[in-house]
Amino acid sequence: MFETALTDLWYGFGVALEPHNIMWCFIGVFAGNMVGVLPGMGALATISILLPLTFGIKPVGAILMLAGVFYGSQYGGAICSILLNLPCHPPHAVTCLDGFPLTKKGRGGAALGITVISSFVGASWGITEMIFLAPILVTVALKFGPAEICSLMLLGLLAGSTLARGSPLKGVAMTVLGLLIGIVGSDIETGTPRFTFGIPNLFDGVEIVALALGLFGIAEFMKSVNQLSEVDTKYTNVKFKDLRPTREEFRRAVPAMFRGTIIGSLCALIPGTGPTIASFISYATEKKISKTPELFGTGMIEGVACPEASTHSSVQGDFIPTMSLGIPGDAVMALILGALMIQGIVPGPQLISEHPDIFWGLIASFWIGNIILVVLNVPMIGLWVKLLTIPYKFLYPSAMFFVAIGVYSTNNDMFQVGETVLIGLIGYLLLLLDFHPAPVLLGFVLGPRFEENFRRAMLISRGDILVFVKHPISAVFIGLCVLLIVMQIYVRLRAPKALPTEMVLPTDRKVPEAAE
Amino acid sequence: MFATLVKKRDFYAGGLMTLFGAAVTLDSMTYTLGTLTHMGPGMFPLMLGCTLTFVGVLILATAVVSPLTDNENILPRKREWRGWGCILAGPILFIILGEYFGLVLATFACVFVPALGDRTATLKGSFYLASGVTFFGVLLFVYVLKIPFPMFRLGH
Repeated sequence: MFETALTDLWYGFGVALEPHNIMWCFIGVFAGNMVGVLPGMGALATISILLPLTFGIKPVGAILMLAGVFYGSQYGGAICSILLNLPCHPPHAVTCLDGFPLTKKGRGGAALGITVISSFVGASWGITEMIFLAPILVTVALKFGPAEICSLMLLGLLAGSTLARGSPLKGVAMTVLGLLIGIVGSDIETGTPRFTFGIPNLFDGVEIVALALGLFGIAEFMKSVNQLSEVDTKYTNVKFKDLRPTREEFRRAVPAMFRGTIIGSLCALIPGTGPTIASFISYATEKKISKTPELFGTGMIEGVACPEASTHSSVQGDFIPTMSLGIPGDAVMALILGALMIQGIVPGPQLISEHPDIFWGLIASFWIGNIILVVLNVPMIGLWVKLLTIPYKFLYPSAMFFVAIGVYSTNNDMFQVGETVLIGLIGYLLLLLDFHPAPVLLGFVLGPRFEENFRRAMLISRGDILVFVKHPISAVFIGLCVLLIVMQIYVRLRAPKALPTEMVLPTDRKVPEAAE
Repeated sequence: MFATLVKKRDFYAGGLMTLFGAAVTLDSMTYTLGTLTHMGPGMFPLMLGCTLTFVGVLILATAVVSPLTDNENILPRKREWRGWGCILAGPILFIILGEYFGLVLATFACVFVPALGDRTATLKGSFYLASGVTFFGVLLFVYVLKIPFPMFRLGH
């Protein structure tokens, strides 16, 4: 197994090192790093904007680039948290707690240096995990029939909607809404148009680009307009030589880094608990096992190293269920899966054997991308710090153009632009009602496959709905679903408010967050 | 009790989901339902509609039992009508101007109008920003990516 993995990885490097693929990877991580630094922009909005531009390029390049935006933005987000104390990227919100006090003490550069090292360590572990775990998952998943796929999807959807931020009930409501939006268009088997309101443009369904840009572009801009004040650039003068941590700082950060990595990789395996939850759990753990927990919040280097390592390990691990099972854990993964489907590639366990270039190329590009990011972040730190000062009032109008033209160019159809405006308005209303729109995308991407497999399972079992508990593997998934629901009810009845993640978040600061 | 209930945000959130779920349920009945073995196009939406109605009712129920908090306003404290209006107007102008006058004017309006939504924006600053984005945007999309969209046109 070890040998085949290495041969496959070698092949992957061959794919990822092709000049044009390196170029796409570089563009992706560069764009990601940039939007990560910019306060008020998120990876989700950026991937949605870039998605229509990838239609013309080959699938491998497109996926490498979009994935690069995701992990690249994690490197940039830390800069924003540590130097400006702006928790505008949810996974890095906890890094503010100790990162900014370090900056005030004049050790902001060292904190950034430790962050880059932790990020690389975390990411490396996440990638290694993917190399070995994904093929094992695939061998299991290839034996799945429609009933098993169906219950696995149900588990993924439930976990994705209840374990993410916000009220679990509202998360489920958003997932169902997403599934319903996925139904719009012609029925796969009979061709009957459903929920199209007689509009021919809707017969092909709602465009994923329109949905994503409406929810994470227009709705987010409406939420953030006039909410971000001018940033305080008092501490942002960081140069290359400031990045070097002292020997003492390094000695303290290393064990924290490894603990964070392990926590992050465990969180990645549970769908729905992405990098944000991983970073919160690891910060809380680090504080608990520390000999001096009272010093956390005053500038402890461990409080920076641990959550950053876990974020990155979880970011890379997030790709495991997405690429090997075709079940995305969060909205970013749903978008990347959507990008694959636009390129005509069916996600699922057969992806690795049918498109090894994409799978192994992606893994190899993770290494390359992370190395590029370290190189980008260490000597060029001055450039990123300068980007912090670009005000939001210039960013969002420029992004509006990319939203409009991006949606238009998917089908060269103005109708889609109107669709995006409408979705954006509805998305903002949902945000005002405390709904988080991320699960909508999850439901939307999985919806059609879910329905197809459900119908097939019912056909094979001759209409016996109990088939899902009669097959042993499927029964395990259903059991996990029930456990998840029971757990949520139990947590809610026992402690109505105090979620551990909300306790550590600084509540006195109200800063609009960009969607993850 | 009803008087405090209508102040709660979750009352509207749950109500909206219940209504939407009910509408989907009713509408899905107009498609062929089929049997469980041979499901028609209406069966899956029907199931989803029922689920959404149920979840909506549950959200309503939590609104009934949970105490009233001091942050139940649906609209944020500072209403940004100008900002919201300008952001929505941008792409709408893009559609209209794009259909009748071409990409350059559409792009300009799509950046210029949303830029005015910021409280500190000036006409001059927004003009420069919009001009810059139009120049580079048109260069990128027309000459590099070659999308079929005339730069200028008159009438449809």
